[in-house]
Amino acid sequence: MEDNKMSEETPQSASRRNFIKGVIAAGAVASSSAYLFRSTTLHGQPSAAGAVERLITLNVNGQDRRIDVMPQDTLAMTLRYKLGLTGTKLGCDRAECGACTVLVDDVPRYSCSVLAHTVRGRKITTIEGLADATTGKLHPVQQGVIDEQGFQCAFCMPGFVMATVGYLKTNPNPTRQELAHGISGNLCRCQDYDKILTAMMRGADNARKG
Amino acid sequence: MAVIRDVIAAFELFQPATVDDAVRLLDQHGADALVLAGGLDSMDWLKDRLKRPRYVVDLSQIKELRGVRDVVGGLEIGAMTPLTEVVRHPLVKDRFGLLMQAAELVASPQIRNQGTIGGNVSQDTRCWYYRGGWNCYRAGGNTCYADTPTAINREHAIFDADRCVAVSPSDTAPALVALDAQMIIRNSRGERVVPAEEYFVGPGIDITRMNTLRPGDLLTAIRIPATWAGAQFYFEKVRDRQVWDFPLVNIASAIKPDGGNIGSMRLVVGAVSCVPRRLKDVETAVAGKPRNEETAKMAGEMAIQGAQPLRYNGYKLPLMRNLVKRAIRGSEGGSWTS
Repeated sequence: MEDNKMSEETPQSASRRNFIKGVIAAGAVASSSAYLFRSTTLHGQPSAAGAVERLITLNVNGQDRRIDVMPQDTLAMTLRYKLGLTGTKLGCDRAECGACTVLVDDVPRYSCSVLAHTVRGRKITTIEGLADATTGKLHPVQQGVIDEQGFQCAFCMPGFVMATVGYLKTNPNPTRQELAHGISGNLCRCQDYDKILTAMMRGADNARKG
Repeated sequence: MAVIRDVIAAFELFQPATVDDAVRLLDQHGADALVLAGGLDSMDWLKDRLKRPRYVVDLSQIKELRGVRDVVGGLEIGAMTPLTEVVRHPLVKDRFGLLMQAAELVASPQIRNQGTIGGNVSQDTRCWYYRGGWNCYRAGGNTCYADTPTAINREHAIFDADRCVAVSPSDTAPALVALDAQMIIRNSRGERVVPAEEYFVGPGIDITRMNTLRPGDLLTAIRIPATWAGAQFYFEKVRDRQVWDFPLVNIASAIKPDGGNIGSMRLVVGAVSCVPRRLKDVETAVAGKPRNEETAKMAGEMAIQGAQPLRYNGYKLPLMRNLVKRAIRGSEGGSWTS
């Protein structure tokens, strides 16, 4: 009884996800007003060659997104906290774990170690952009994860899936050894590598079958 | 959620579209500007806030800095060419398999997709006292924390330490020195060409820098002459983990055979001193000799003469000796490629 009462009183609506969304929305309002202010004061002034604006367009998962980004913001921070795409994880934030892997022009990169400004105009794909947008059908590699139950805690999973999807674009029919080398830039703290590799091989198989 | 302790301090960002614009910006801002290539060295400095540049010049939008060009039997590689592109380029594979092997062994796939060849050779040392923000000689202080009785210096230098005992962390650098590459450097006064061997500087020359780049300088390309194209190459990297890690010791060699003997040879060892260490004495001594156990043994012993290990890196002596032996006579694990 006591337990039930406790859980009833917990405000379910204040989940972490909703909190983050709220923060992002508030940031968007604040930043867009900042942009309006900036554009009026700076209008007409000559700028140095190569100087950058804070309001930029990022092509994320097929959509052009206009966002306000500080010059020092990394792509991972931008995806998570400006665009709300929290599927991209931050593990080490130092290019040493692979959890933040996204595709930039179909090539796997650590989004924690690239500035958002650097990938302006490039095609960025995150884990949220893999499933079919209209039907919701999962990407073959995502299906492979479900088929084989490849992960334990799965914090590293988005990174592994993105690294695999990127690698399969260069080698659609890898051996287990080749795939292991191809996704060697990702760490799993649960030490679940064998099962992960099995799931990713299944994903490659799924992809070939279409 | 990751703890957000790594928010980078504010800076003004420039993304020039041409080398001319980049050089002008670097000339204008001098030592206040940080050059950003792939970012895998720079980001650590920025996130740790150990470097707080006022201006960052991002080279990513400069198309002319990227790509591999055929230059009369040799190659010119743009400084911003990602390592993956170097590894996969057919001309690199055909002519300079040594560089292909070296680039393939750098860090992890994602880092090779992003890290550039210019950045790989120009990166700062990875001595963790220095990178951890200790006020050592290299950082402008008057102590070396890696060379004290209690220091952990397993990965540090066994040759040519001068106050600082840090080593060159690059894998492509020994390969480029072995191939007699030339570094093309631009600044506001024009262009200069520096042999790869002289590009790297030790603590005796300048303790705060790893290479000849000064504020305002920009490495634009690396030119590899045809001299060693298609020679017999050997590259091996020994590290703790097979991904990510910097070399404990790496070795790059090129041999032009003369009958069954070694005609001429270039032999370079990395991560044993502050610069890639070219073993000229060994190169001379093995010329004209057969590639057998006896020559290998002689070369191995010669290679480590004069080494001064620190407390925890004595293992680098037999490691280096054996790698030199392998480079001469081959090994079961690694094989010759040509």
